[in-house]
Amino acid sequence: MSAGTFTPAPGRAPMRTIIGRQIRMELLLTARRGEAVVLAMGVPLLVLLGAGLTHATNLPTDDRLGFVVPGVLALTVMSTAFTGQAITTGYERSYGVLKRLGASPLTRPGLLLAKTAAILVQIVLQVIFLGLVAVLVGWRPQFGDILPAAGVTVLAAAGYSGLALLLASVLKPETTTGAATLIYVVMLAVGGIMFAAPDLGTAGWFLLPLAAHAQALRDTLMNGTGIPLSIWLALGTWAVVWLTLAARKFRWE
Amino acid sequence: MEAIEVTALRKTYKDKEAVRGIDLTVARGEIFAMLGPNGAGKTTSVEILEGHRRRDGGDVRVLGEDPGTAGQAWRSRIGIVLQNTDDAADLTVAEMVRHVGGFYPGPRAVDEVVELVGLTAKRNAKIRTLSGGQRRRVDVALGIVGRPELLFLDEPTTGFDPEARRQFWDLIRTLAGEGTTILLTTHYLDEAEALADRLAVLADGRIVAEGTPATLGGRAAAGSKVSWQENGHLRTEQPADPSELLRKLATDGTDLRTLTVTRPTLEDIYLTLIGAQR
Repeated sequence: MSAGTFTPAPGRAPMRTIIGRQIRMELLLTARRGEAVVLAMGVPLLVLLGAGLTHATNLPTDDRLGFVVPGVLALTVMSTAFTGQAITTGYERSYGVLKRLGASPLTRPGLLLAKTAAILVQIVLQVIFLGLVAVLVGWRPQFGDILPAAGVTVLAAAGYSGLALLLASVLKPETTTGAATLIYVVMLAVGGIMFAAPDLGTAGWFLLPLAAHAQALRDTLMNGTGIPLSIWLALGTWAVVWLTLAARKFRWE
Repeated sequence: MEAIEVTALRKTYKDKEAVRGIDLTVARGEIFAMLGPNGAGKTTSVEILEGHRRRDGGDVRVLGEDPGTAGQAWRSRIGIVLQNTDDAADLTVAEMVRHVGGFYPGPRAVDEVVELVGLTAKRNAKIRTLSGGQRRRVDVALGIVGRPELLFLDEPTTGFDPEARRQFWDLIRTLAGEGTTILLTTHYLDEAEALADRLAVLADGRIVAEGTPATLGGRAAAGSKVSWQENGHLRTEQPADPSELLRKLATDGTDLRTLTVTRPTLEDIYLTLIGAQR
C-alpha cells in the first residue's frame, strides 16, 4: 500500500458523495409517489384546518389551534417515520431494491444512513410547512422549550422507524401496508389529535406514543411547562424496544 | 494473482448444510460457469463471494481480499447481477443507471450501458413499465455500469427470449474481451457451453465435476453411441471404438439409413453427474 498511501484511492467515490446522492434519490422518489405525499401532508393539513378552525370536534380547551397544531405535527412525524417508511421498505425489500443497493458501493450501512437522513429531511420540511400554515391561520407558539420539543420528536421518530422496519421485515409487503395503515388510523382516532385522548393515566403514554408526543409538544410549544418524565420514559422505551427488535430482525431480501 | 480463490468453503443454514467444502479457482479474465440444480448451493456460494453472506468455514479471496471484511473500495471493483430482482422503481432506465453509476469512481456513460444491454428504445421508460426480461437487462446494466474487474451473474438470462439471450451472450463475450472476469451461475447448459472457459457442476453442496465444456465429466474420453434400426427394432451400442462396429455393419448388409453416431452432449454428462448424486 506504500505508493497508494498518498494518492487518492482510484477505486472509490467518496462515501459522503455516495450517501448524498442516495439521499437526493430517496427524496426524489418520495416526491414522485403521489399517494405518499398526500398521506404525509394532506391528512395532517386537513386535520389542522378542519379541527383547528371549525368546531367539528369537541376539544378539552378553547384554544383549538393550541390543542390541534402540536397534535398535527406529531401526526406528521408518525405518518412519515412509521406509515410511509413501513410501506416503502416492505415493497423495496420484496422487489430486491434493498438487496441490490446494498450490493453496490453504497453498502448496507450507507443505505440505512441515507434512508434515515431522507426521513429526517422530510420530517423537517413537513413540520416547517405545517407550522407556517398554522401560524398563518392564527397559531401562536412559544419557542422557549424548542430543544426538548425537538428531542422528544427525535425519540418519537426513532421509535416509529424501528417499528416500521420491524413490520417490513417480518410481514409481506401487502400485509405491512394494511397493518401500517390500520395503526395510523387507530392512532389518529384515539391519539388525542382531533379529540382528547382516552384518559389512561401514565399507561396511556406507553400505549399511545402519538398522544404522548402530541402532549409533549403542547407542553413545550404552548404551555411552557416542560415534558413529564413519564412521556420521556414512554417514548424512550418505544425507541429502544422497536429499534432493538428491528436491528435483530431486519432483512435485506 | 487469481481473481477468485476458495478453499474448503462451508455454510450451514439452521438444519441444512448448503455448502459442504468447495474448492474453486477462477483466473483473471476467465468466464467461469457454475451449474447445478436448485438447492445445490450455487447462490449461497456466490453470495459469500460477493460478501453478502457469512461463511461458516474455509478461506475465500476475491480480487485478493476476504469478501467478509472487504470495504467499499473493494466493492466498487466488483459488479453484481442478483437473482430475482423485480424492481418496480418510479425511475426511468437512464435515471437508474446514472444514479447507480454515480456510486463508482469511473462509470461507463449512461447511453453506452443502455445500448450494451439493448434498452436504447426504453431509455426513458419507467422501470416498472418494463417486461420481466427487460428488467433483467436493467439489472445487468447496473452490474456493469461501474466497469467492474469481476462480474457476478446469478442466473442472468432467466426470462429472456431466445434473441435477447443471444444478444446477452454477445455482451458477455464483449466484456470478457475487455478483460472482465466473469462468474455466472445458470440452469441453461447451452449457455454454459456457449460462454464458459471452464465450468463446475454443483450438487448437494459439493463440486462433483470441473473442467472445460469439452472435457467436463470425462466427456472427451466418453465413447460414442451408435444406433440403428434392425428388423423394426432400435439397436444401440456403445463400443469403446466405433470404427470396428461401423465397418462390420457396413459389410454385413445391415440397412444403415437410420444410423446415428452421437457423442455425449454436455446435458448428458450433466444429468449423469447430477443423477449420481441423487
